Amino acid sequence: MYDLIIFLILMSLGYGFGRVAEKRHYKSIIERETDLNRIPAIALRFPPPSLKPQHTVLVMGSVVISIDYFKRIAAGLRGLVGGRMMSYETLLDRARREAVLRMKEQADGMGANMVFNIKLETASISKGRKNKIGSVEVLAYGTAIIPAAAAVVLN
Amino acid sequence: MLLSNLEIVPGKSVAQHLGLVQGNSVRAKHVGRDIMASLKNIFGGELKGYTELLQESREEAVSRMVEQAEAVGANAVLNIRFSTSSVTQGAAELYAYGTAVILD
Repeated sequence: MYDLIIFLILMSLGYGFGRVAEKRHYKSIIERETDLNRIPAIALRFPPPSLKPQHTVLVMGSVVISIDYFKRIAAGLRGLVGGRMMSYETLLDRARREAVLRMKEQADGMGANMVFNIKLETASISKGRKNKIGSVEVLAYGTAIIPAAAAVVLN
Repeated sequence: MLLSNLEIVPGKSVAQHLGLVQGNSVRAKHVGRDIMASLKNIFGGELKGYTELLQESREEAVSRMVEQAEAVGANAVLNIRFSTSSVTQGAAELYAYGTAVILD
């Protein structure tokens, strides 16, 4: 009986706080994305040969983000019937966009105007605990291209 | 030391390849952070403690890689890659590798 009450409390806490947190996170992601659109993140391996900058720097951004209790249970139920797991899709989407944003923010602080050869890497952190994959880490990294004028200031 | 995950550096040419350099770091999370993380597992959201922990250990992996590159006399490491693997429960290995080169 007590177990059931605790379970229901956890479910409602997860539902309430998780929804608010996700909404707030998406809002801030979209705001910062529109701001940082001036620094394109390009997944090409080679910069164009016409480019002759003075400075290239490795930049990276990472985030560890966790799913809430309600969504984990919902995903568990979804696992019984199969189909799209919306709760994990949004989790990974948020984590990737956040990691790319952090990388761009670092590049922006150095005065870069683009970031080349973006790589994204995902790792699940709390694996092995009764198969509950609750949190993921996403790392985004790339090479920031800093134009000569900004590089002088940096040095 | 120039670090880059591009295979070429625009405007510069590679004079000599010195081979693979690598650095790793295995970190365990500590109990305080773990308790906070289990709370966050209920509410959802970012686990700031883990983000910092992984960032620190990734920086350490990079600095070990740079040490190796300095030891072989390189002035740049190109085509850097990162990888993460969980060794045991509660610990993660951060690994960084790249090619040490001498740039003109």
